[in-house]
Amino acid sequence: MTYIAKPKFHHPGLKKNELGYTHRDYEGKISTLCAGCGHDSITASIIEACYELSIEPHRVAKISGIGCSSKTPDYFLGNSHGFNSVHGRMPSVLTGANLANRDLIYLGVSGDGDSASIGFGQFAHSIRRGVNMTYIVENNGVYGLTKGQFSATADRGSKSKKGVTNTDNAIDLVAIALQLGATFVARSFSGDKTQLVPLIAAAIRHKGASFIDVISPCIAFNNHAGSTKSFDYVREHNDAVNRLDVLVGRDPIAVDYAPGTVQLVEQHDGSRIALRKIDADYDPHDRLGAQTFLAKHAAKGQIVTGLLYVDPDAEDLHAHLDTVETPLNTLEADTLCPGSAVLDKINASLR
Amino acid sequence: MKPTDIAAPDYFHKVVDCQWACPAHTPVPEYIRLIAQGRYSDAYMINWKSNVFPGILGRTCDRPCEPACRRGRVEENPVAICRLKRVAADFKDDIRQRLPRPAPKNGKRVALVGGGPASLTVARDLAPLGYHCTVFDADPEAGGMMRTQIPKFRLPNSVIDEETGYILGLGVDFKGGQRIDSMKALLAEKYDAIFVGSGAPRGRELDIPGRKEAAANIHIGIEWLANVSFGHTDRIGKRVIVLGGGNTAMDCCRTARRLGGEKVTVIVRSGFEEMKASPWEKEDAIHEDIPILNYMVPVAFKHVAGKLIGVTFQHVKAEYDARGRRNLVPSGDPDQTIPCDDVLVAVGQENAFPWIEQDCGIEFDKWHMPKVDPETFASTNPKVFFGGDAAFGPKNIIWAVAHGHDAALSIHKMLSGEAIDERPLPDVQVSSQKMGIHEWSYDNDISNDKRFKVPHRDKVIALKDIRAEVELGYDVKLALGEAERCLNCDVQTVFSTSLCIECDACADICPMDCITFTANGEESDLRQRLKAPSAHPDQDLYVSSDLKTGRVMVKDEDVCLHCGLCAERCPTGAWDMQKYFIEMTHAGSTCPTKSRSAA
Repeated sequence: MTYIAKPKFHHPGLKKNELGYTHRDYEGKISTLCAGCGHDSITASIIEACYELSIEPHRVAKISGIGCSSKTPDYFLGNSHGFNSVHGRMPSVLTGANLANRDLIYLGVSGDGDSASIGFGQFAHSIRRGVNMTYIVENNGVYGLTKGQFSATADRGSKSKKGVTNTDNAIDLVAIALQLGATFVARSFSGDKTQLVPLIAAAIRHKGASFIDVISPCIAFNNHAGSTKSFDYVREHNDAVNRLDVLVGRDPIAVDYAPGTVQLVEQHDGSRIALRKIDADYDPHDRLGAQTFLAKHAAKGQIVTGLLYVDPDAEDLHAHLDTVETPLNTLEADTLCPGSAVLDKINASLR
Repeated sequence: MKPTDIAAPDYFHKVVDCQWACPAHTPVPEYIRLIAQGRYSDAYMINWKSNVFPGILGRTCDRPCEPACRRGRVEENPVAICRLKRVAADFKDDIRQRLPRPAPKNGKRVALVGGGPASLTVARDLAPLGYHCTVFDADPEAGGMMRTQIPKFRLPNSVIDEETGYILGLGVDFKGGQRIDSMKALLAEKYDAIFVGSGAPRGRELDIPGRKEAAANIHIGIEWLANVSFGHTDRIGKRVIVLGGGNTAMDCCRTARRLGGEKVTVIVRSGFEEMKASPWEKEDAIHEDIPILNYMVPVAFKHVAGKLIGVTFQHVKAEYDARGRRNLVPSGDPDQTIPCDDVLVAVGQENAFPWIEQDCGIEFDKWHMPKVDPETFASTNPKVFFGGDAAFGPKNIIWAVAHGHDAALSIHKMLSGEAIDERPLPDVQVSSQKMGIHEWSYDNDISNDKRFKVPHRDKVIALKDIRAEVELGYDVKLALGEAERCLNCDVQTVFSTSLCIECDACADICPMDCITFTANGEESDLRQRLKAPSAHPDQDLYVSSDLKTGRVMVKDEDVCLHCGLCAERCPTGAWDMQKYFIEMTHAGSTCPTKSRSAA
């Protein structure tokens, strides 16, 4: 843990976004995680994505559960709303907050313990319901806070720091999210910001349940030979299917792509994702194909990363429930309560 | 780019911008840390070794270090390095026990012409080695221009006496009031070496109509200052015009204000911004109600019956030609005559060597300057060396000190039978500052304070007494605050490629976005791809060798705060904060030479 505050000075030539903020303005407190933690890189990526999208920090609610990953909302967007909930209960709190105020941008930050063990059911139902959120799992395959036991996402056959082999099957959260109907599904790696930052930006602009599984090496307990979530292993087995750029407003499309290699995806809010294909046969609009592709590559020991599935016309929970456009928390009593005359009418119709 | 060779002493020396910019390469951050710890005597001794006159320079230095200071690129103002030097001098204990002892004489005799900073530095370096040093000066006391040209309200005599005394106390023979009139005669006295540190003693003339007729009230600046200094002059007219825009002009106008000048005006040919005077000296003059008028060229002294009545000026403006060179051309406004009682001419200084005969073996160039080697300071006569203003024309004290060190080294090498053009490498010590996982042996918490102002004596009182020092110096509390502003640039960020696992922690935490992991390329290309734009191409890029992913680590040294957060957040110790203590090698040190490898 670092004891000094991060100096206020910043590079005099830092660029400002449309709101006049530098990326430093999107920081939070200094991290108390172990030095080199992958989670800190994810924090930096969230900061970068929010800066690039010129998001007003007070329009964001960041919600987390318990664990190393769930501490990270303290380290970014210091001027946003935050809720550090009970272990594994982030999805419920987020769903409730989203129902009460649909106008905020919801960032759910969780870990493999928080989402694949104690909160597995919560994770499943928030995805299933299509809550409009960006659900980020900072996945390191171990329980770091309790000194490195295997978590539910640790691969079968991988080894702990002390050399014990994991005999349990792993939960692949990306596969589950696809199966449960998430409308934006991606996997990335904390050590690859050029891939991760635009994925987070695209997920924030996606209207519906966005899920990003970010493999994030635990320096203290899961970065050794035998681990399948170490920097070296992930770099060696990373099979990126695509790279992307997020285009907001009238941003011109960069012209340095080879023809035929870029696929434009227009999202509901008008923003566009320029997908640069690496695997020419991969189609991110094919849910079933994605599931098969993932399963085949997982069997070969490869870690598939990139934007794996996106439904640009997705609907969210509010659309399913047909709620009013006005956030429920701003509705006044006279709007919420139609009065006794209407109640009498309803009662009468039921008699 | 090739991986940066951090073993070359210059690489990290350059990162310590202040020390690199200082002609004498004083280890600035080291002494500032000692001041912060209250170790004023230790801070003084580091200065004394390097720049010989800490108390004098702490009041008068031209401060090449301050424009170079990294803090000035991070916020508005650099650290007040110069005034912190004075703090060390003001608050030190008696340091005489720490000075070298007069050494038994080695039988070699060195003559030093002129008793100013250059000669005294040579004597300081050579006397403790046993050389018999004899300093000759026309003035009765040592100090040269420091004593004669700098007004006492900026530099009290007590400080000059103290610091010249330390040197003369090393067993140096000082012959005051003894002007050297003939180099030939001096050579005939069979000294083993002669050092000429006689300065640039002649004030430049302004030969315009009326100069001769009104001579009684037209004074050459440095001569007039010397007369004031020795008490020969103690008054001046009520209306005074000072011609010239250098520091001498600033000293003249402020001195005139104290000798009866009520309406003192500085008038310069060029623009206010281009004046040679240091910005702070201009500020001090303006603070004493002295207006500075610019773009006015003196064309004639007006006089009536041998009495000066004013100066006529032509108004000019600056025009730039196709090559960007500036020319002053008449603006078309009518000439203006400004009435005055006295004029002080401070339009420059010149060297004068009428006392060096043509057949001494000392060659001069077409500008009548001696041919002097810029590294060894040797003239074409192998026994005669030059330094200070006498070598390359008017500069300032700190340059004279630097020249003195180099010339002393040459003299020592020559008289030890060594080749003088083989210069020793600096002495470099490197040590990790890590004390614990997040503890460093230096204060890495960056102060957000703005530059502290040095308290001044009340203007009304200051203007009444020409010997009352205007600047009062920092007190201990202000000094501590100012010292905390130093960024410890000598505590270097040292990167070990083999330990790096490319986790990005350093790049993420760096408050200044100095660190980038990217594919290697040519420098111009790399500078385009840094995390934050590279504004100063003169600031080096620190490039690692290839990392595991084939990328390299590139650090732009430009605005690094040396806060050590990269090293704190590094899980493998690939970054370390290491103190680089770099000291120039002076005469008599162990003299590691270039034939040996770097530290």
